[in-house]
Amino acid sequence: MHKIKLIIAREYLTRVKKKSFILMTLLGPILMAGLMLVPVWIAMKDKDIQLIEVIDDTGKFINQFESTTTLKFEHTFKSIDSAKANFYDEKYTSILHITSLDQESEVKMYYKKQPGISTIQKIKNTIETGIRNIDLENKYKITKSQLDENKPDVKIESIALDMEGGEEAKDVGISTALGLGGAIMIYFFIFMYGIQIMRGVIEEKTSRIVEIIISSVKPFQLMMGKIIGIALVGLTQFLLWIVITSALYSIIIGFIGGEAETIIQGNDMMNDPNMQEAMKSMGGGTDMSPGTLIQSVVADIPIFKLLFSFLFYFLGGYLLYGALLAAVGSAVDSEADSQQFMMPITIPLIFSFVVAQVVMENPDGPLAFWLSMFPLTSPIIMMVRIPFGVEIWELLLSMVLLIAGFIGATWMAGKIYRTGILMYGKKITYKELWKWLFYKG
Amino acid sequence: MDILHVKRVYKSYADHKALHNLSLHVEQQSIFGLLGPNGAGKTTLIRIINQITAPDKGEVFFGKEKLAQKHISQIGYLPEERGLYKKMKVGEQAIYLAQLKGMSKGEAVYKLKQWFEKFEITEWWDKKVEELSKGMAQKVQFITTVLHEPKLLILDEPFSGFDPINTNIIKKEILELRDKGSTIIFSTHNMESVEEICDDIALINKSKKILDGKVSEIKAAYKSNVFEIVFVGNMIAFTTALWTSFELLDSRDDNGRIHVKIRANKPSEMNDLIRTIVNDVQIISVNEITPSMNDIFIQKVQEVMPETLEEEVTNA
Repeated sequence: MHKIKLIIAREYLTRVKKKSFILMTLLGPILMAGLMLVPVWIAMKDKDIQLIEVIDDTGKFINQFESTTTLKFEHTFKSIDSAKANFYDEKYTSILHITSLDQESEVKMYYKKQPGISTIQKIKNTIETGIRNIDLENKYKITKSQLDENKPDVKIESIALDMEGGEEAKDVGISTALGLGGAIMIYFFIFMYGIQIMRGVIEEKTSRIVEIIISSVKPFQLMMGKIIGIALVGLTQFLLWIVITSALYSIIIGFIGGEAETIIQGNDMMNDPNMQEAMKSMGGGTDMSPGTLIQSVVADIPIFKLLFSFLFYFLGGYLLYGALLAAVGSAVDSEADSQQFMMPITIPLIFSFVVAQVVMENPDGPLAFWLSMFPLTSPIIMMVRIPFGVEIWELLLSMVLLIAGFIGATWMAGKIYRTGILMYGKKITYKELWKWLFYKG
Repeated sequence: MDILHVKRVYKSYADHKALHNLSLHVEQQSIFGLLGPNGAGKTTLIRIINQITAPDKGEVFFGKEKLAQKHISQIGYLPEERGLYKKMKVGEQAIYLAQLKGMSKGEAVYKLKQWFEKFEITEWWDKKVEELSKGMAQKVQFITTVLHEPKLLILDEPFSGFDPINTNIIKKEILELRDKGSTIIFSTHNMESVEEICDDIALINKSKKILDGKVSEIKAAYKSNVFEIVFVGNMIAFTTALWTSFELLDSRDDNGRIHVKIRANKPSEMNDLIRTIVNDVQIISVNEITPSMNDIFIQKVQEVMPETLEEEVTNA
């Protein structure tokens, strides 16, 4: 036990002290913060307000367009020709020309700079609603105020009904995102650090130090020490990323101030009326700000279940793939030779990542079920399924299978590793690997 | 007393036999040469002693006990194919390897400093291994092998990669370690060094032991009874004196000095030879031509396998 600790310590310390580790740990959050903040920054910089000149031939849309901080409407009563002629002398960024009130009327927009989709969508909505209201009033004598009074407000509450008749209201929106986020993290973690295990094994093999080490410790101890040591490196890096990213984020937000906040909140998506509707119905409330909305949703998430499952599948998946990749590393002489053995290992991983989308569409279907049981795909697929509610026996079965898969893979990897690390200059086939499994001591 | 006793060990791999009914005794505080052509099974035997692999059949005893995990700290091993972590610093790495052998960190640092001073390499302590030359790395490797003062030291081709000066330094260290009480198993193709430093040897060929014993006894057993004599005098008087007990192999006259090579027809001592001729010629020198270990090695291997020395995949 003492020796395996020494190995873990070496694997951990040599990697953590590397310049590339320190660089990646510092650069990662800066890149991530950049990814989040650059759009905000651009949005702030891009503050030239859209000022739209509305020329309304019908006269029905005066004051119908709601102005916001970045999008302003101004009605003028010029003729379209003179407006067009003077366009480049005026302050307006575009001209909106409404010609008729027909159901399929064409509205023209002339611009200097292409307006955004959300601007166009907003104008389209306003005009469509306007025309419908006018039609309703003209043809059916229903006024706008009557219409507003009559506006129904339907909430849809999704309730899981279990076999004992118990009801549980669930909100899958945010927890789905969390589940998917967890699955993505597991995927990247397995890939990044699993490959490091393989590289480490190849390094020991090609530098020929391995025979010296296994004259002091058992090959299995060396393999497990490496797998655990690298897992700790990965966890350290993730932890530092989270800490540094949130620190950076809050510093920058504090620096830029409330402006950024309003831009983030008041971004295009939130302004989309459809989205607002959706948010309202989801939160169940009528006038919730996004902040309180999130709070109310968070209360519904099975947070402990998600967190526990995440940790379990995170570690289980990593250990399973780590053992297999260690075996691959031991069987080859260089990284270039590893391709043929890498393929069957990476395919289930990539496959589960790709079908995660399909599983989300039908989280209780047979594909989802079987993939969440198979140890090579369950770490990712089960994470995606959990937010939709998974029967406890399914979850337990999947976990037991993953543990069994991990133990089986480690046993197998140990056998291959033990023989492989001392084998040089031989082209290894699958048949050969199979034989190694049954060599004695 | 034997420090190591290998008893009827068998080991085969999928495609061939590596060791077949092999037994060995290694006496404490001796230098034991393990010889054999490539692919004979030396590496397999060494790996069994190091518990890297287990024998299919047979037993190995360390001292009086059956070889077990706890003996690892009493064995030091320098494999033929050796290396260090390239990116790790020399000192750090040496400490790590010592700790794996069961030394405490403080003890390892203390002893390492001593060795580094002895080899005059203290300035390498903080260098990375990749910055060292091959010979330098070999020195570090040697230190890490002997640092924990193992009772049994297994050196596989320890001189490969060393220049003659460093070879002598290492040779001296090996002898010193033996005198301090260590036992050394020394695997090599270099027969000169075998004659120089080994007390006992075992010759392995094609998974079987074909010869073992004390170097001096083996050499005596393989004595060819050939003598080289230089004398001044009459060739006829010389041959008459020898009469029928010796066979003349070769003779040449070098300005009055006659060089002859003769073989005794029965094992005989140099004194007998001198006594026979001392009254008839003026002897300048008499030398007994003994076979070198190299000759014995080649002779023995070819006896068993007269075809050719067949190269096999090492390590299999």
